[in-house]
Amino acid sequence: MKQALFFAGKKAFRALLLLLGVSVASFLLLCASPLDPLRTNVGQAALGSMSQEQVAQLEAYWGADQPPVERYLGWLAGAVRGDLGTSLLYRQPVLTVIGQRLGSSLWLLLTAWVLSGVLGLALGITAGAFRGRWPDKLIRGWCLVISSTPAFWLALLFLLLFSVWLGWLPIGLSVPIGVEEEAVTLADRLQHALLPALTLSVTGVSNIALHTREKLVDVLGSDYILLARARGEREGAIVLRHGLRNVALPALTLQFGSVGEIIGGSVLVEQVFSYPGLGQAAVTAGLGSDLPLLLGVTLVTSGLVFGGNLLADLLYGVIDPRMKRGEGRP
Amino acid sequence: MKRVNRRFSTLLFLGIAAALLGAVTLAGICLKDAALVTDFSRKDLPPCQGFLFGTDWMGRDMFARTLAGLSLSIRVGLLTAGISACVALVLGVLSAAFGGWVDALISWWIDLVMGTPHILLVILLSIACGKGFTGVVVGVALSHWTSLARVIRGEVLQLKTAPYLLAAEKLGVSRWNRVKLHLLPHLLPQFLTGLILLFPHAILHEASVTFLGFGLSSEQPAVGVILSESMRYLTTGKWWLALFPGAALVLVVVLFALLGERVRLLLDPGSVHE
Repeated sequence: MKQALFFAGKKAFRALLLLLGVSVASFLLLCASPLDPLRTNVGQAALGSMSQEQVAQLEAYWGADQPPVERYLGWLAGAVRGDLGTSLLYRQPVLTVIGQRLGSSLWLLLTAWVLSGVLGLALGITAGAFRGRWPDKLIRGWCLVISSTPAFWLALLFLLLFSVWLGWLPIGLSVPIGVEEEAVTLADRLQHALLPALTLSVTGVSNIALHTREKLVDVLGSDYILLARARGEREGAIVLRHGLRNVALPALTLQFGSVGEIIGGSVLVEQVFSYPGLGQAAVTAGLGSDLPLLLGVTLVTSGLVFGGNLLADLLYGVIDPRMKRGEGRP
Repeated sequence: MKRVNRRFSTLLFLGIAAALLGAVTLAGICLKDAALVTDFSRKDLPPCQGFLFGTDWMGRDMFARTLAGLSLSIRVGLLTAGISACVALVLGVLSAAFGGWVDALISWWIDLVMGTPHILLVILLSIACGKGFTGVVVGVALSHWTSLARVIRGEVLQLKTAPYLLAAEKLGVSRWNRVKLHLLPHLLPQFLTGLILLFPHAILHEASVTFLGFGLSSEQPAVGVILSESMRYLTTGKWWLALFPGAALVLVVVLFALLGERVRLLLDPGSVHE
């Protein structure tokens, strides 16, 4: 138990160090940018007609007058105390903006994450069990096409099909237009989140399906499966009893490792559906040079990714006792 | 009926796919001017014989625009995947060959890059370079090398203890010569397949970032630009603006993915039995 805690602590410390690295790297990248925040947000023409004092005031607001190191240290000092600064575009604390956005994004991400995992596992197992026959070929072909399809184009297609052509689902946003916040029902929210969640789930399937298939093929070629077959067990029982158990661990690792991809996909999908989530905030912040917000979003999403990896590492030991610390990964 | 040799059919496929992709690239370059011609007398035409992919609200031929965009995508993909693979090779070999703190540093760096969601990283890098062409190239090139670097690092670590390398060391072959004569030839297959399998990712991310508005400028006929423009006309029923360019992009990416798969089979014959 003590060892396990030590292991978890070490991993968490490493994740914290990586987060610090992410913040330094993103800050440096954003500071190195030749894009002038004043020019992108105020416009060249408006800048020209302003007085010197006004320009200086704006520069102070966008933080363009301080040297980078000072700004980073100031930001870090705030971040340690749980204050990520104020979003320049939304004029609200970054944490408030992120909190709101994450609230609407989170269960979109969660649904997509769970759905793609379950679907991927099921498809992978089917393909592995029918290796070389038509279901396998079909699933592999499907995975190839899906992994080659940009998420935003799939979102556009779904939008065309379900919203424009069939008219079943709304075109965008997370709530109906022109309705007060109190009047929005859960059904409304569900209806608006359905297409984005569907798109995200479909795009996340291929990686896990292909890896699960590969692994199951390996497992089914092993000696204990041969023995089980010789003993007269039915093929379905073999796959479920022996296959699934051995495939679960790598699938779980992949699933926790795919957090980053799902978040990346959500940036694109939210943009297409104008869904007011974290991804859309990132794009808005990036286009508008809103440094504190972009930094905050990067940090929070990276935190989610590291958290996913950390959980996977910890779950190893729980699921497979042989994998306890010291014996290393498979 | 005589069965066609599998090696031959693989080579045939490689030839055809490469020729097809080359043709698209060339056609796109030739059609670059045609893609920019506006003619309001033929605007908003659905797909017909004269205009296979229809025309947009400025009367531009979508077929020409799509080809030009694909050509641009392929060229950007080649450039970025090439840079990415070279970065991966150098860092992977350095990490494994030197070990110690170099290895720790590079591994940490890989974890860092992998920990940030890809799209966000590309956006950050693109902003750092002022968006546009440079932004996309730098962004995609510097964010895709990680997994290949890990593969190469693992491979070199394994090779380092191989008897023939230890023997070479004892025989007094210099470090550089060992790397050049014994290590690199072994890494070549991994490197080549890794390089080709990078293309699909590079192309997809280029299109995505451009679609979001952080990439190629909107005057260029990039697929990302075409699709983000088509978004404004979806609700008015102009489905062809989004359908065909996207489908063409998927086709190109699938071709690249299959190409990589086949090259892997050729360079690593053992994997055929998988």
